[in-house]
Amino acid sequence: MPAGVSEGGDATSGGDTPRRKPSRAPRTPMPEQSPVERRGNFDEVTLGYSPEEAVAEAERCLQCKNPTCIEGCPVNIDIKSFLARVIDGDFHGGVEVIKVKNVLPSVCGRVCPQEDQCEVVCVLAKKYEPVAIGRVERFLGDFDLACDIEARCHPEVGEPTGRSAAIVGSGPAGLACAQELARLGHSVAMLEGLHAPGGVLVYGIPEFRLPKDIVQAEIDALIEMGVELRTNVVVGKTVTLDELMGEEGFGTVFIGSGAGLPVFLGIPGENLNGVYSANEFLTRNNLMKAYLFPEYDTPIWRGRKIAVVGGGNVAMDSARTALRLGAEEVFLVYRRSEEEMPARAEEVEHAREEGVEFKMLCSPAEVTGRDGWVTGLVATRMELGEPDDSGRRSPVCVMGSDFEIACDTVIMAVGTRANPLISDAAPGLELTDRGYIVTGDDGSTSLPGVYAGGDIVTGAATVIEAMGAGKRAATAMDAWLQRPR
Amino acid sequence: MFPIVHKRRLSRSVYEMGVQAPAIARKAKAGQFFILRTDEEGERIPLTFSDWDPESGVISFIFMRVGKTTHQLSHLETGDALADVTGPLGIPTHVDGLGRVAVVGGGVGAAVAYPVARAMQEAGSDVTVVLGARNADLLILEEEFRSLGVDLIVVTDDGSAGRKALVTEPLRELCETGAIDSAMAIGPTIMMRFCAETAAEHGVPCVVSLNPIMVDGTGMCGSCRVTVGGETRFACVDGPDFDGHEVDFEELMSRQRVYTDEERLADAEYTEECSCRLE
Ligand SMILES: Cc1cc2nc3c(=O)[nH]c(=O)nc-3n(C[C@H](O)[C@H](O)[C@H](O)COP(=O)(O)OP(=O)(O)OC[C@H]3O[C@@H](n4cnc5c(N)ncnc54)[C@H](O)[C@@H]3O)c2cc1C
Ligand SMILES: Cc1cc2nc3c(=O)[nH]c(=O)nc-3n(C[C@H](O)[C@H](O)[C@H](O)COP(=O)(O)OP(=O)(O)OC[C@H]3O[C@@H](n4cnc5c(N)ncnc54)[C@H](O)[C@@H]3O)c2cc1C
Ligand code: SF4
Ligand code: FES
Repeated sequence: MPAGVSEGGDATSGGDTPRRKPSRAPRTPMPEQSPVERRGNFDEVTLGYSPEEAVAEAERCLQCKNPTCIEGCPVNIDIKSFLARVIDGDFHGGVEVIKVKNVLPSVCGRVCPQEDQCEVVCVLAKKYEPVAIGRVERFLGDFDLACDIEARCHPEVGEPTGRSAAIVGSGPAGLACAQELARLGHSVAMLEGLHAPGGVLVYGIPEFRLPKDIVQAEIDALIEMGVELRTNVVVGKTVTLDELMGEEGFGTVFIGSGAGLPVFLGIPGENLNGVYSANEFLTRNNLMKAYLFPEYDTPIWRGRKIAVVGGGNVAMDSARTALRLGAEEVFLVYRRSEEEMPARAEEVEHAREEGVEFKMLCSPAEVTGRDGWVTGLVATRMELGEPDDSGRRSPVCVMGSDFEIACDTVIMAVGTRANPLISDAAPGLELTDRGYIVTGDDGSTSLPGVYAGGDIVTGAATVIEAMGAGKRAATAMDAWLQRPR
Repeated sequence: MFPIVHKRRLSRSVYEMGVQAPAIARKAKAGQFFILRTDEEGERIPLTFSDWDPESGVISFIFMRVGKTTHQLSHLETGDALADVTGPLGIPTHVDGLGRVAVVGGGVGAAVAYPVARAMQEAGSDVTVVLGARNADLLILEEEFRSLGVDLIVVTDDGSAGRKALVTEPLRELCETGAIDSAMAIGPTIMMRFCAETAAEHGVPCVVSLNPIMVDGTGMCGSCRVTVGGETRFACVDGPDFDGHEVDFEELMSRQRVYTDEERLADAEYTEECSCRLE
């Protein structure tokens, strides 16, 4: 146990009774790079708690009889228990508690919207600030990753069953599914279309929010468990579902291919040079490391004035990446008001501190250009109309209010759709009218032995929901593999 | 890693290479492409299959040295390996029931035209190939086309081989005389544009194989978007073949120039470092 954290040394393990008086200290602040400093680099913005800070934060927890935080977590991590372990200085024990439900604590601690999940329902939140559950989770995840690979908290791999599963896609859904099936003793191959595994964790979310060596360490751990990784395999093209279940002899297949197809608005000028989909902009930067050009070969157009269209995490990531590439001004153009932005509060705050300028209630109407290149974005001002049936006030155009934002780059972060590559080559796979895969609660699809989960089922959602779906499907896939024949 | 199993120089700046990639060789079809990365720092670039053999698991392709990645590729030899090869990507060229068809291959486009003409021939079409290049030095695959047994018309800009003409001249004659029912043009964008216009003047359908800048090649980024018939399409998944009469070539050519400055910088740095003096 680190020095200086022995306060509350009367702690006994387990039990519902508080073992000490909870600390009344305010929420422990997260150390981070200053906005001025971080604008100029791609290093992680938040630096993480020290052991002392993690313990101090955990000590704020009331160890409630009825821990509402656990219900708030999409995969019901036993938050109360892992915080108790941290209070005791038993970090290994804390990691073990989390990993029962969530295999990627370093990732989720960084990117989960805790403010809408566990923290919003934390009992403390009624009167004070909630326990910073996500930050403590991240601390534990990082603590585990810093250990030697043998000393890390691995799930026991069960006796080999002689059965095999193919996992399509190596995003959070695929990673969670692969891990669970490997734990149950099945032999698992994970097929990834790109040259690197990780899905959105690698190609979408930027280094400054989720360092890529963390994702890599998690994938290394999977490989250590015996999961076989096959990159450069595009299912539907290199191999079809039929072939995986037939010639290739897999007993079951999980599809976790994400919702990766970028949407454009369909306004004039969208194909001018200087207009990017957020996916392209972020992929060039994160997956292909264009920010290190020419050391890395993939180029990126580094604009000086950038308009980012959208209000979600993807828009924030694009805007903040643009700043780091050297943009002088970055505008965020969103058609609703700030309260309605789906991005995480923390990301909005970070973006604002770094100097992103918010233009709310503006709807893009046209990208203007000269000689094939972007010169501006014309937008229409909106105002909030009467509340609709759902009580949400939808924006309506203010007639004749068009104005132009001068810029040389426009990044469209207005959503994604399902990629049809797999389903096109699998005629029997039932889809929704928007192209997402139809599944039962256990992830089963219309094809026997084929399961699916994550964004390809729900549409763009969250890392933890995708992981939850992957793990749930693994349970059903295990039953399918073990079925009497 | 994907081992290189053969390499041959076809002209001053054009090479043929074969790579061991069994899963892809089993699936490839005429007109499809793949994406490669030479090494960990490399760019993902698309190239079309010139040939493939499911038995030996080898895919072949022909590339022109135009910038850093293709320059690097030109220095790799049998026994070296590529970091990544992904495919087959794109929709195969439609080769069935075409009747009398002209396949126009210009420059390195001949590499793509070759498997396409062969597949059309095998599907029972009556194939005429118009093979064009700036000069005799840059003319590739003449022998290979000849051995297919198709009607072959060779043209060069300067007359150093075959007829002194642009590819559009024999294409115009074929259209005028009613010798073909449709055409397919593969080559530099400007050439495809003029071929499509020439065919359009005579009411002959003309398919073109587009080559916009790509990243993933699986529909995920939209870098490859082109306007066809007023609609945005992704060439990597909806193409690369499109109706040449409907393509916005002006936009495509502009989009192909986005990274000109960066490309020049990358290639200049690499050329200095590799000091091959581009013999
Ligand atoms: C920029 C950005 C920021 C985000 N920020 C957050 C955040 O802060 N917090 C949060 O909770 N969520 C965030 N999200 C959403 C979250 O990342 C996704 O909900 C989650 O990654 C979905 O996981 P998945 O496994 O379903 O799919 P993905 O992560 O999309 O992974 C799918 C994988 O499948 C591969 N694939 C696709 N098709 C094929 C095929 N035919 N053959 C083989 N492989 C294939 C893809 O290459 C990819 O690697 C963000 C998303 C983006 C784009
Ligand atoms: C579907 C398709 C099939 C192709 N088939 C062949 C082929 O069989 N043989 C062949 O020689 N070439 C082919 N090309 C073109 C080939 O991809 C480019 O020549 C190559 O990417 C150039 O890379 P570079 O680094 O050497 O040159 P750079 O200096 O980077 O670029 C030179 C030119 O190539 C184009 N280009 C650059 N990067 C890309 C990219 N990532 N994707 C597409 N184009 C790019 C640009 O328009 C640029 O002006 C094909 C392109 C496409 C899209
Ligand atoms: S609800 Fe809050 S205070 Fe109560 S156990 Fe959970 S984290 Fe601790
Ligand atoms: S290359 Fe990315 S969508 Fe076509």
